[in-house]
Amino acid sequence: MSFLIRQTLIYAVPLMIVALAGVFAERSGIINLALEGIMIFGAFVGVLFVRLVQQWGWFDVAKQMDNWVALQGFVLMTMVVAAVLGAVFSLLLAFAAINLRADQTIGGTALNLMAPALVLFLIRLIANQNTLQMATGDAASWFMLKKTMFGFDKNAELGFFASTFLDKVYLTTYVCILVFVILSIILYKTRFGLRLRSCGENPQAADSLGINVVKMRYAGVTISGALAGMGGFVYALTTANCASTGDVAGFGFLALAVMIFGNWKPLNIAGAAMLFGLFKCIAAAYASLDINGDGVFLLANLGLNANFYRLLPYLVTLLVLAFTSKSSRAPKAEGIPYDKGQR
Amino acid sequence: MKEKTPLMQRDGTRSVLASLISILIGLAAGALVVLLASMFNKSLNLKTAWEGIRLIFLGIVSTGRDAAGELSFGFNPVTLGNMLFRATPLILTGLSVAVAYKTGLFNIGAPGQYLAGTTATLFIALEIPTTVVPAWLVWILAFLGGMAAGALWGAIPGMMKAFLNINEVLACIMTNWIAANLTTWAFDVSNLKNTVENTKTAYIYKTSFNGVQTPKLFLDKIFPGSQVNGGILIAVLLAVLMYIIFTKTTFGYELKACGANRHAAKYAGIKDRRSIVLSMAIAGAMSGAGAALYYLAGNTEFYWSTYQSLPATGFNGIPVALLAVCNPIAVIFTGMFMSMLDIAGQQLTALTAYNEYITDVIISVIVYLSAFSLVIKLWLGGKAKKTAKDKPDANAETEPAPAASAEEGKEAGK
Repeated sequence: MSFLIRQTLIYAVPLMIVALAGVFAERSGIINLALEGIMIFGAFVGVLFVRLVQQWGWFDVAKQMDNWVALQGFVLMTMVVAAVLGAVFSLLLAFAAINLRADQTIGGTALNLMAPALVLFLIRLIANQNTLQMATGDAASWFMLKKTMFGFDKNAELGFFASTFLDKVYLTTYVCILVFVILSIILYKTRFGLRLRSCGENPQAADSLGINVVKMRYAGVTISGALAGMGGFVYALTTANCASTGDVAGFGFLALAVMIFGNWKPLNIAGAAMLFGLFKCIAAAYASLDINGDGVFLLANLGLNANFYRLLPYLVTLLVLAFTSKSSRAPKAEGIPYDKGQR
Repeated sequence: MKEKTPLMQRDGTRSVLASLISILIGLAAGALVVLLASMFNKSLNLKTAWEGIRLIFLGIVSTGRDAAGELSFGFNPVTLGNMLFRATPLILTGLSVAVAYKTGLFNIGAPGQYLAGTTATLFIALEIPTTVVPAWLVWILAFLGGMAAGALWGAIPGMMKAFLNINEVLACIMTNWIAANLTTWAFDVSNLKNTVENTKTAYIYKTSFNGVQTPKLFLDKIFPGSQVNGGILIAVLLAVLMYIIFTKTTFGYELKACGANRHAAKYAGIKDRRSIVLSMAIAGAMSGAGAALYYLAGNTEFYWSTYQSLPATGFNGIPVALLAVCNPIAVIFTGMFMSMLDIAGQQLTALTAYNEYITDVIISVIVYLSAFSLVIKLWLGGKAKKTAKDKPDANAETEPAPAASAEEGKEAGK
């Protein structure tokens, strides 16, 4: 059971944070279809940063001394780097959508095409193959939190809570949840958040009250890019063993679905992300999933084809959208370039 | 429209010019990436960068390296023939995106429809024994089957859009991944996996294994040694057919009206839901046909374990369509341009230290630019008007054009 929760969290957290990225863009009035591309870019930047720092030997000493505080600080640093460059990448979309009033769907698609192309071009030049990996070691040995770090004995039997949330987890999970909570509060409880949301509902009215729509939309897209870039690195670290392949397996698009299913509201999104995380987790690990801990592999014993579990998340998304589309309420002004003349 | 509009002010001219500018900027961006990459990589230098840049622009007429190790250029029937062959599916996926776009739908589901077409085509072409049914009949069945499967896969998001008002982009993305998984599943349990050539894993038999392949129609005489076949002619025919449907028939007009304003079309008595579903089905059929023609060539193989990736041909339909401003006839040319880029990318991989992904960078820049092609068009229009107006003026030549155009651009950008 604790394995299931841990794995679900690993898949759910990138979905959640990237879906929130979508919320920030769309609530400010810009459809960010480029989440997938920004994730790919963020994953690449993060992995490249880890690799370079390793090659320069900055954290080798910390690794040898098992100084996990320094190593976790390194993870935080990488998250920030991925977020910053994700934000920079998303400026391409912001510029096209806000300044040039371009078609946002096409602009987003362009970024989705650009990210994997650019990333793979560079990866091939850097690593002479299609995968960029860490310079030494693997993600688990460098960055995973283990119970020994908290002073427990290696063989200590922990309670359910500690073994689920403290052993074999990544710090990124908790950082992301914290960021998610803080940003949700900002979106709903601050003046900035209210102004941002007003630009997605009725930018003309917002403008007439002295809110700078262009600035707000830039803020929305930039925050969105930062979150998606960070989410991309988190995805690469936790599910891809800190490797970048110019691909995040459609997580950016799934996050869009999570956002719509969550009705553009953070709390619902968190719930939706957990649901999809669970399905993704089942798809990845159904064969070794022992739900009750009684040694019976229920899902594997059903004898269904692996491909069935793999397509389940997408099928469920489609069905859920079909049943909830009637009640979903998108921000009114999303996708419409702001035109002062329409006031 | 008795009076003839000057060439520069015609909408079509501006579209073509805007596309050409996009292409040029895209190629320049690709060259820039190559240059930057060369500066930061020790094994590369300015000489290799110059070679890379030349190949980006002239890859299609590259003939490899001469005895001295320098790049040589000239007529190359193999690359030209291969360009035509690779253009076939691109033209069709481009048509797929273009047709849907005319009805106001963004068909990002072309990869899924392409996969659906691939699966149906390969199953029909390989499972019907040619000892019983003549090969040409199997070919036709496989081609039509691929189209039908694509149409079905396109109709699903179409129906979700029409009846449940689900954003077609999202529905298409989900159906794409479902198609990728279903395709893998279908071939996984099938007996079509290539076991004869045991150096290859996870490939399906070529259709020529069952004696089914597209006739060459003497095109191999013009381009000896290349993969070209009659499929390119079918693609061109389908493009012309789409052009006729959308410009000369009531049916096409209904679809377009629906795309312009769904509610107004409904008010005018057009069945809007039917139009949306049909438009997506036609779009899907085009993608399916593209897949069918590609794999029925007989010399192409399908990598069936595809559940983690979607075919790039499907996504590349988007730039093909956008560059052609969704005009079916123009799609023929932009499709060939895209496949030319493809070939250039291959030459780049084969002849230099750079790799084919630079092509995708160029394509993505072109798509990015086409997102605001309207701005470019307005800018061009403004410029043309300006010169036309100032012609009688003696100062016309000395007028600082950049300043004026910048102003126009700002005007458009507001």
